[in-house]
Amino acid sequence: MPALAFLILFPFAAAFILFFMKRDSRARTFVVILSALAELAASIFFAIDNFASHDMTMGTFYMAETHVIDMIMAAVEIFLMLLVFSQAVRFRKFYVMILSALGTLPALYLDFTGMSETSASHIKVDHLTVIMVLVVGIVGSLICMYAAGYIKDYHHHHTEFRDRSGYFLSLLFVFLGAMMGLISSDNLLWMYFFWEITSVCSFLLIGYSQTREAVTNSFRALWMNLLGGCGFMAAIIFCVGIMEITNISQLLLFAALPAMALFPVAMLAFAALTKSAQLPFSGWLLGAMVAPTPTSALLHSATMVKAGVYLLLRLSPMMHGTYVGIMVSAIGGFTFFAASLLAITVSDGKKVLAYSTISNLGLITAAAGCGMPEAVWAGIMLLIFHAVTKSMMFMSVGAYENSTGSRDVEDMHGMIVRYPRLAFVMTIGIFGMAVVPMGMCVAKWAALKAFIDSGYVYLTLFLCFGSASTLFYWIKWLGKIFSVPKGSYKHEDTVHGSEWIAIWPLSLTAVILCLIYPVISALVVTPYTQNAFSGAVNRFATSAGMFDHAAASETIAAISTEDFIIMGVMLICMCVLPLGMKYVNSVQERRVLAYMSGFNTGDDRSFYDSLGEEKGQYLSNWYMRDVFGEKKLLMPCLMVTTAFLLVMLTVCTVGGLFI
Amino acid sequence: MRISKSPWLLHYDGSSCNGCDIEVLAATTPRFDVERFGIINTGNPKHADIFLCTGGVNSQNQDVIRQIYDQMPDPKVVLACGICACDGGIFKDCYNILGGTDTVIPVDVYVPGCAVRPEALIDGVVKALKLLDEKADKMKRGEYRSMTSAEYAEALKIKGQLAEAADTEEKDA
Amino acid sequence: MTVFSTAAVIIYLVFSPLIACLFSGVDRVVTARMQGRRGPKLMQPWYDLVKLFSKESTSVNDIQKILVMAHCFFAIFSGAIFFSGEDVLLVLFALTMAEVFLILAAYSVNAAYSELGAQRELLQMMAYEPMTLLTAVGFYLSTGSFKVEDIIGTDLPLIIKMPGFFIGFFFIMIVKLRKSPFDLSTSHHAHQELIKGLTGDLSGPVYGFSELAELYEEVLMLGIAALFFITSDPISYLWALIAIAVIMFCMSLIDNIFPRVKWEVLLKTAWLVTIFAGGANLVILSLLRK
Repeated sequence: MPALAFLILFPFAAAFILFFMKRDSRARTFVVILSALAELAASIFFAIDNFASHDMTMGTFYMAETHVIDMIMAAVEIFLMLLVFSQAVRFRKFYVMILSALGTLPALYLDFTGMSETSASHIKVDHLTVIMVLVVGIVGSLICMYAAGYIKDYHHHHTEFRDRSGYFLSLLFVFLGAMMGLISSDNLLWMYFFWEITSVCSFLLIGYSQTREAVTNSFRALWMNLLGGCGFMAAIIFCVGIMEITNISQLLLFAALPAMALFPVAMLAFAALTKSAQLPFSGWLLGAMVAPTPTSALLHSATMVKAGVYLLLRLSPMMHGTYVGIMVSAIGGFTFFAASLLAITVSDGKKVLAYSTISNLGLITAAAGCGMPEAVWAGIMLLIFHAVTKSMMFMSVGAYENSTGSRDVEDMHGMIVRYPRLAFVMTIGIFGMAVVPMGMCVAKWAALKAFIDSGYVYLTLFLCFGSASTLFYWIKWLGKIFSVPKGSYKHEDTVHGSEWIAIWPLSLTAVILCLIYPVISALVVTPYTQNAFSGAVNRFATSAGMFDHAAASETIAAISTEDFIIMGVMLICMCVLPLGMKYVNSVQERRVLAYMSGFNTGDDRSFYDSLGEEKGQYLSNWYMRDVFGEKKLLMPCLMVTTAFLLVMLTVCTVGGLFI
Repeated sequence: MRISKSPWLLHYDGSSCNGCDIEVLAATTPRFDVERFGIINTGNPKHADIFLCTGGVNSQNQDVIRQIYDQMPDPKVVLACGICACDGGIFKDCYNILGGTDTVIPVDVYVPGCAVRPEALIDGVVKALKLLDEKADKMKRGEYRSMTSAEYAEALKIKGQLAEAADTEEKDA
Repeated sequence: MTVFSTAAVIIYLVFSPLIACLFSGVDRVVTARMQGRRGPKLMQPWYDLVKLFSKESTSVNDIQKILVMAHCFFAIFSGAIFFSGEDVLLVLFALTMAEVFLILAAYSVNAAYSELGAQRELLQMMAYEPMTLLTAVGFYLSTGSFKVEDIIGTDLPLIIKMPGFFIGFFFIMIVKLRKSPFDLSTSHHAHQELIKGLTGDLSGPVYGFSELAELYEEVLMLGIAALFFITSDPISYLWALIAIAVIMFCMSLIDNIFPRVKWEVLLKTAWLVTIFAGGANLVILSLLRK
């Protein structure tokens, strides 16, 4: 327990200190790195400690008696509401006040009337919590370290923005703490509390530069997340008022009686969909790209959006074969496909990453909606791989932007020669996102198998089409990096040491994860899926008759040992490639010009036009805006998903409340 | 196995009336069917073994011809097809024409005709194939590397200077 | 690995180029006859391949050569996985990865035709990838396993259960084996838009490696097509051979009837065929399974 308390409270303390260190100084960098390291070490210690001393099969519970803490939380919630109110008044966005009040007031009511008083524990630690703590602790802390160097360069490049870097760094730590709280809470009200902190924090972080665009986007993020918060609140009210429970683990006991729990699960799933930026709520995550890169890295890879899918994965045992499951899996599958098509059409590096995040979260969502152990296994694996790989991609794009002033994929042309170190990291990242034998693909593979086994045929279709278009946008990005314009030379990058401290370990982790994921699976993921679904087994056995629990737990590692060995061989072969290059190029051979119809002017950078004058050659990637363009595709996607979501929510509400 | 079993062609059309080009295409039609010799019209210098030039060289395309020639991997042969490619032909005295293909790159086989007949063309290619095999053998023994266009220009220059010197000598005499 | 699968892998590794050359040689002769020509010698593709390896090696940059060699290696590797009876999904993923290396080689050249070719190749992959994955799913649904050794152990030829998948797979095979498309990445026809695009800047032995990879890929694709016909009965191998011959003939025929397919048409039709033929069959199979 002390380790967990440290994990949650320490970031808040660090944030408090950093808030007052407004000026950039060596001391501040030191504080940031030290605090991040402490958090990182604590999360690893926490994980090891849990393995060593606790039996996590049923989860460990803490903190039954929490009246004082509840009151503190209520106070913080009032503060958050007032903060939102003040910002709303300042920027004249009054609608967020309603949403904020709708969420917060019932929470306060429940707190002060004592209705939500419970003898059940507020904190629960099981395998999934440990996984999440490791993901948030390691990736999140590294991002905070990265931020220390990044924000310096950011203000160096953007002198037009007021330097509030102390505030920025302290917000990052608040975020980290809130996330730790969220993933360890079992009590719904506590979870809601941390949920709201992340919403408001992301709002403040997105609006950091206070440009008009940033403000608009930050309010978009705020209202969408507050709307989700309202859904969360509705679920809590139903749970407390009608079902007389306060905790998620209690709610999960209703897996055998899904009709009763349909409404709260639907509402929680709705909240999770907003937080994970699934269609039709994808807008806020795209808008969040105006923020400094550590924000996007933190929001997109390790924390904010992961909170949504985390909740879905938790609720997954409740979803198999219910309307909620259909809603969640269909929206997730569709988002996976649609977002990957949209990602083809954008050239802003961070926007591509944003769409890819939405798309991958869609896959996790779909897996959670399946409500099968194999699918949840795949979902958790996706979550881990995605957090590591995507944060690394964000960091390298941010570092590239600070070095060159652009983060457009088009401007990454020839990066392999100009910035070899960054190109190397990005190559690992892109391979990790799109190509076997790297992580994401392995998890996708498991997801495919799970979808087939659980009988969700349409998800299989989404997955097949989605992964084809995913490949398209990743590889064309990679191609840009691999272009070698004649006569280009190495530039010095301005990446700080503190940024490399974050980037290298993550790239190393991304590669190592591909080799050790069976261990992770055996240690934490499989035990979690087994336990989470053990309560639900009876229902499967009686209703569908297709679920064999013993068999499932054996084949849960969807990838057989032979496959794993083959992939290991492939990975090693890939690592040998750079060495092979030396050998292959050791034979001297004639260099020729690239073929440009014989009109090259001596290199491949320009050619002679019809008047005999030199013209530069500009090679652009293919964005197919007229086929899949945002203008063409986004609106219909939003409308379809909104309509579908409304219908399904109505069905769940009617089904849950009146039947 | 002989390289001549798989000769891939690159067809380049310089300053011509297009008569020869149509005949080159005619050679690939069912009536003449050059594919029965394994000949493919690749359209890409990096894959080609035989550079088939039609039409004369003018001031605009000379660099193009040089570049394409240089991009071809060894062993390679050059065919000048049609009278214009051989020495400039009917356009020889035009202000922009430099002359035949051999004004910019070394030519191995000259195929005359206006326009060149497909039969003559196939005949020329078959001659070129023999040369190609010879070059391949020499290359294998490490005795041969084809001239680059720059080296050829240098050689032409020296040849011109020598001719000039001989001329003046003759006059002097 | 059993004796049988080891033998299969060795045969695949040693004889694939010859077999594939023979196939494409027949294809070229048949095409020529369809056009009223005599056509080349039967082993012409083999002569072409050997010639490429005897030519001078030139390159545009440092990384082009190693990328193409990696492409070749992984293409052969994925075929080896297939013939050793392993997971068919893994085979497809490995093949995709091999393809990625060739695309990167084309991108590295930094010239218009190569880069356009690379992008068109990506599009082509996007067009056929869903169907290849779906085919694997189909095998799984009808036999309960992704493993090739289990798939060929059925009692009934799978084409009876998966006609839709077969149609879809046949459709994308035309694309995958670079038959018909006119303005796509690269094709066997001389007359095409991008001057061999994708492979346009490879020459000599390096080009040879990419051709070699293609030959191995051809054998692999035909192998996957054969899965539709092979059962536990040894006679079925004969049927599979006949089926492959028919498939090859139909591909030549389609190639000659539609020589001017453009990428828009390709993407649309490929996805439509995938959804209607593959998707419908998928739904039926999954209903049957329940």
